Amino acid sequence: MATLTDPRPTLTAEPVRNRRRRRSVGELVRRVPVAIGIAVLLVIELYPLFWLFMNSLKSSQEFISTPSWALPAEFRWDNYATAWETGSLATTIRNSVVATVPSLLLIILLGVAAGFALEVMVWKGRNTVLLTVLAGIMIPGQMILLPLFTIYFNLRLTGTLWPLIITYTAHGLPLTILMMATYFRAIPREIFEASTIDGASIVRSFFSIGFPMVRNAVLTVALVQFFLIWNDLLFAITFANRRELNTIQAGLLNFSGEYGALDYGPLMAAICITVTGVLVLYLFLNQRIMQGLTAGSIKG
Amino acid sequence: MRSVLGDRRAIAILLGPALLVYTLAMLVPVVWSLGYTFFKGNALEGFRFAGFDNFARLVADPDVHEAFAFTVKYAALMSLGQVVVGYALALFYVFVLRRLSSFVRTLVFFPVVIPTVAIALLYQKLFQSAPRDGVVNELLVNVGLGGVDWLGAGDTAFIVIIVMDLWRSMGFYGVLIYAGLLDIPEDILESARLDGARRWSLFRHIVLPLSLPILLSSVIFSLNGTIKVFDSVLALTNGGPGTSNTPLTLYMYRTAFAYGDYGYGSTIALLLTIMCFAVTVVVFRSARRDITA
Repeated sequence: MATLTDPRPTLTAEPVRNRRRRRSVGELVRRVPVAIGIAVLLVIELYPLFWLFMNSLKSSQEFISTPSWALPAEFRWDNYATAWETGSLATTIRNSVVATVPSLLLIILLGVAAGFALEVMVWKGRNTVLLTVLAGIMIPGQMILLPLFTIYFNLRLTGTLWPLIITYTAHGLPLTILMMATYFRAIPREIFEASTIDGASIVRSFFSIGFPMVRNAVLTVALVQFFLIWNDLLFAITFANRRELNTIQAGLLNFSGEYGALDYGPLMAAICITVTGVLVLYLFLNQRIMQGLTAGSIKG
Repeated sequence: MRSVLGDRRAIAILLGPALLVYTLAMLVPVVWSLGYTFFKGNALEGFRFAGFDNFARLVADPDVHEAFAFTVKYAALMSLGQVVVGYALALFYVFVLRRLSSFVRTLVFFPVVIPTVAIALLYQKLFQSAPRDGVVNELLVNVGLGGVDWLGAGDTAFIVIIVMDLWRSMGFYGVLIYAGLLDIPEDILESARLDGARRWSLFRHIVLPLSLPILLSSVIFSLNGTIKVFDSVLALTNGGPGTSNTPLTLYMYRTAFAYGDYGYGSTIALLLTIMCFAVTVVVFRSARRDITA
């Protein structure tokens, strides 16, 4: 990715003093809208989350008697305990992890290998296969929902998280393969040719050379897929509709329907808990996540 | 050397598993779903052949018309909003904040990673009017305007959906277009400046034309995503009030699971799929012509 250098013209022909004065005025004129712009964005992005957090600490009495923007009179941390218990958050978090981790591992293992076979290796028909796989990016989940539901029902997989793992893996492959193929395009084929001269089979050189060479890209792709899977709702409410199988998203939806209509504090607390985990992950890895999401969507 | 990179056994080992999973859990279901469109019934009660009944029903169904209209309206407005706001953000990052934009980019991006249901529930409370006004209504009352029952009427609920989804996704489009803008060669901007191009004319004649490809990609990407809108609408209004804000995706889901009609549900899903493909092909073709002409 190119970095844009300072686009201000260098006015070398002008006397230094003149340039400095002109700059400081220009600087000031430019700084005001910059400051306003940043302030507006700060408020737009942060206020809803701040409000959410404050409301998660209010008693149910306060929701009725005080304006919604008011700060809580005392911090009711017990809302969090209530939310944790009533919303079975431990269960939903565990389900989300159990559905997400194996899917991610499978997506990465299968997707990277397929990207390698489709981009680095030379064979007839690979463009057709690549196009067929890429078409999968456009297919809405609704199109595969009912057949998969029937299949899982007949295989007696309903009642487990297997349907989610299988569906996430298949649904995540097209984008992963596209991204990995793009990354492999940047690696010279001679490297793999050289390693085979040294006696490694091509499969071996994929695992000991190709995979390690793209391991940064793998992390990026994994993050993208993590958020797509973690935040899925359609498959989660279709294939894991029993209470004990609810993922975080599905659990929150049920929780708000049954319990949240009565008691806002714990509902807000449940939302807070749900948001916090991903925000922490995001804060640590934000550059890579942004990079991955944009690379995955366009370049290629 | 070609023989090494063309080793069939290696290709089979590397590509085979992915292709198998993709075929079994994506391609086969797509074809299977096409098959369902000719049947009535569901997996539990059994199917009976219906010929083209589902397609006739699709064409005549007022609920489909309503859902289709919502999906088109939402996708058009949302894509316009995402690309315009995203572009504005990207220009702000590149030309105003410059190298200091990293913090702001991080900040504006973070709703993208938050679970949709959480955001929808948050917005429900921000825009609520009963039993107590939410922040938005309190603000309106304080500046002398009356409160609005936002989620109680179709039109106002639609506004909340748009505002929420724009808030949720604008950081993503900002970064996406930002990455594209960075690819504009610096020397082109530089020589335009030396030729006397300033602000507006620099934007109008240099930056805008050069950003068309990335804007085009964003439109395609955005339309493709917005046609599939599901989570946010389901969690915010559940398609309501009534059926006023029900997208095709949600109507399909209800048809299949609330009414147990797999055949008709699949027919609606097929309509969705065709829309996604059509958007990509049509936008891509027409825009390719414009850019290369």
